[in-house]
Amino acid sequence: MATPNTPLWEVFIRSRNGLAHKHVGSLHASDATLALQAARDIYTRRGEGLSIWVVPSNAITASDPSEKGMMFEPAESKIYRHPTFYDVPDEVGHM
Amino acid sequence: MATASITVSETPLVLYTLRRADDALILGHRLSEWCGHAPMLEEDMALANIALDLLGQARELYSYAARVENKGHDEDKFAYLRDVRQYRNLLLLEQPNGDFARTMVRQVFYSVFADLYWRAMMKSDDPTLAAIAAKSEKESAYHVRHSSEWIVRLGDGTEESHRRAQTAIDDLWAFTGEMFAVDDGERGLIDAGIAIDAATLHDQWLKTVSDVVREATLTLPKNDWMQQGGRSGSHSEYLGHLLSELQSLQRTFPGAAW
Repeated sequence: MATPNTPLWEVFIRSRNGLAHKHVGSLHASDATLALQAARDIYTRRGEGLSIWVVPSNAITASDPSEKGMMFEPAESKIYRHPTFYDVPDEVGHM
Repeated sequence: MATASITVSETPLVLYTLRRADDALILGHRLSEWCGHAPMLEEDMALANIALDLLGQARELYSYAARVENKGHDEDKFAYLRDVRQYRNLLLLEQPNGDFARTMVRQVFYSVFADLYWRAMMKSDDPTLAAIAAKSEKESAYHVRHSSEWIVRLGDGTEESHRRAQTAIDDLWAFTGEMFAVDDGERGLIDAGIAIDAATLHDQWLKTVSDVVREATLTLPKNDWMQQGGRSGSHSEYLGHLLSELQSLQRTFPGAAW
């Protein structure tokens, strides 16, 4: 339950060295320290993580769902941006 | 129909191990009573996590006590088939949860002690106890962090949370001395390098707890009269009620498993 004393935080977990932190969910906490502890208690109970970030949800600027036509449709028709038309010489090996 | 209690051969090492096992079980059970009732969902999970850490410690300690005793008992028999007078836990840990502040004060008092205790016990000449200590110390260190952060926020929070935290400190203070008491049986284990002298942990415990309490704008009581009895089975009225709930299933359906 959201109250003015416990704002919402977004939780990001990095599962292994070399991987990026991934968004796993959100939680309520009164401040950053307790948010980090709550994230540990809720999202790493089964050994999911080696590192945790918590970010105040209101610090995230999100794209507007009603603008998704303008934002994302223009990219759909530009398949030449996918590098799938190139012949890779055998000598290059696996890329 | 109730099942009769077992008789435990309390050699010094069995008794010593059972005391620590009972500490973990009883506090773990108390914390599990919060499950579904905590002030917020996040804290519900945190308290259950701490309870599970303690239950894990209790299981390892009971299993070791059973091996040392060698009378065919096991962790379940120790937990479910001993009467209140046979329990050896600290009086502090059987005290009712009360409000959230009281639960957290009880937790910080014990966890600061437990963290120092397990860290010292990692050097025990008893390899099993040293191994249990190494695992438990990491868990206790987190319990200290979690409970002390809450004490600071409760004490330095609202007028109401400050009042509740201070009341809890005043009420539970007299139960803290028992953590540092050492009897003759333990003295022999200390001399043998198996146990550590808990009295030597008192100064560091007091310093750590005082720092937390000061940061929380709370105060520790001045009185130094301390309640004792848990280690020898003289418990407060609360433990019997706790055990009747904890043991009811095994007492009613002996050996029930699922």
